[in-house]
Amino acid sequence: MPKDVTAELESEELVPPAEPKAAHAPLDAAAESQADLSAEINALGEAYRRALKDGAQPETQPRLDYPPYRSSILRHPTKSLQHADPETIELYSPAFGHQDVHALESDLTIQHNGEPQGERIIVAGRVLDGDGRPVAGQLVEIWQANASGRYIHKRDQHPAPIDPNFTGIGRCITGPDGSYRFTTIKPGAYPWKNHLNAWRPAHIHFSLFGTEFTQRIITQMYFPGDQLFPLDPIYQTIVDQDARDRLVATYDHSLTEPEWALGYNWDIVLTGPKRTWTENEAYGDAGDEE
Amino acid sequence: MSTKLVPTPGQTVGPFYGYALPFEKDNELLAPGSPGSIRLQGTVYDGAGHTIPDAILEIWQPDAKGNIVQRTGSLVRDGYTFTGWGRGAVGNSGVFTFTTVNPGPTKPGAAPFISVALFARGLTNRLFTRIYLPEDTEALANDPLLSSLDPERRSTLIARRDPDGGLTWDIRLQGEDETVFLDFQ
Repeated sequence: MPKDVTAELESEELVPPAEPKAAHAPLDAAAESQADLSAEINALGEAYRRALKDGAQPETQPRLDYPPYRSSILRHPTKSLQHADPETIELYSPAFGHQDVHALESDLTIQHNGEPQGERIIVAGRVLDGDGRPVAGQLVEIWQANASGRYIHKRDQHPAPIDPNFTGIGRCITGPDGSYRFTTIKPGAYPWKNHLNAWRPAHIHFSLFGTEFTQRIITQMYFPGDQLFPLDPIYQTIVDQDARDRLVATYDHSLTEPEWALGYNWDIVLTGPKRTWTENEAYGDAGDEE
Repeated sequence: MSTKLVPTPGQTVGPFYGYALPFEKDNELLAPGSPGSIRLQGTVYDGAGHTIPDAILEIWQPDAKGNIVQRTGSLVRDGYTFTGWGRGAVGNSGVFTFTTVNPGPTKPGAAPFISVALFARGLTNRLFTRIYLPEDTEALANDPLLSSLDPERRSTLIARRDPDGGLTWDIRLQGEDETVFLDFQ
């Protein structure tokens, strides 16, 4: 893709269409079509599957260099990451507790005077480390669009209604078993400016801490069966199907509450830990448990 | 030990974190102007040398004596407790600012550094790096990470000391002076 088009998309992505139906404007020669993007996405996917067949290791994280996500073109390191053994501060995590987060912050449907519009859902699961141990007493932050696919953020000018009863941010502290639980509204898909007719599958942003700073991660949780998965260059930055599937929640009828809300389960596994047991005196400390 | 689980993949922070991740005094590990406080400031650049207006950083560091602090209260700061962790989104000109302390060495002779996690729209996964203090050149020369790097790349991890005692440290995501980013796995 020529550089000037990249620059234009970079700036346009920040200023989505201000007027309704702008997205329905006739195909203009400068804008790339979904077919163009899908061809790129599919070619990268097929090359990866061939490499896997030839014995390459599965890729478990997104590619930093993934050109179909146009904004990544100038924002990925071109030199390989420097392998480092985590040291001192990196082997510990900042501590969060109930001074930081109020219990009601995990319910995104009670932050205003009225009930938000949309499908009420419960999203619950556990945060585990790579050894399968629960990450207890740690901070989980989420943010999301409303049921119409609109973010409160001032840069989101997508002509879908703002919901005066829904902001779309939540926090909680994990329990002793690493569990978290949010009550919220199912977010809508929304359009963006990566290419013409680009739509993000519905998702909830998750921000997580582990017991060590090297486990820090921000990611997105998706909903099962979304038809936009193969078309979305952000979801497809993860080229491995098994890895992509790890971002998709499972509908869980045992979490569903009668005449109230549908339940989705999503467990999160962090990397590591790297700290050895002898250095591990603080392990499992649940922060302040008042 | 149980069998290793495969970690959940990361995803970009996207463009719309601005109403969710920032919080009051998020970038003030210490009240500005309080004894021992310094300014840590820098600019985030993309591969074309343009500043990035939608990046957000977190710093995590020992206190001035080199102690690793395990205190809660970062999200609701009381103005007195040093928690060692802060979050700062860049402004429209790509500049981030923290108020913090110079981290102390965690053991005698160690080069003090601040750990950094970087998130941005267009960045598909978070990046880790370090900010070293420039003063103790002997400790810097002996540092395991710095001594494993080419000399010209090493400098991307070392902050400049400003005349007023603050630190300046820029991030370049791509290009000739690309910052060294770390892989801990």
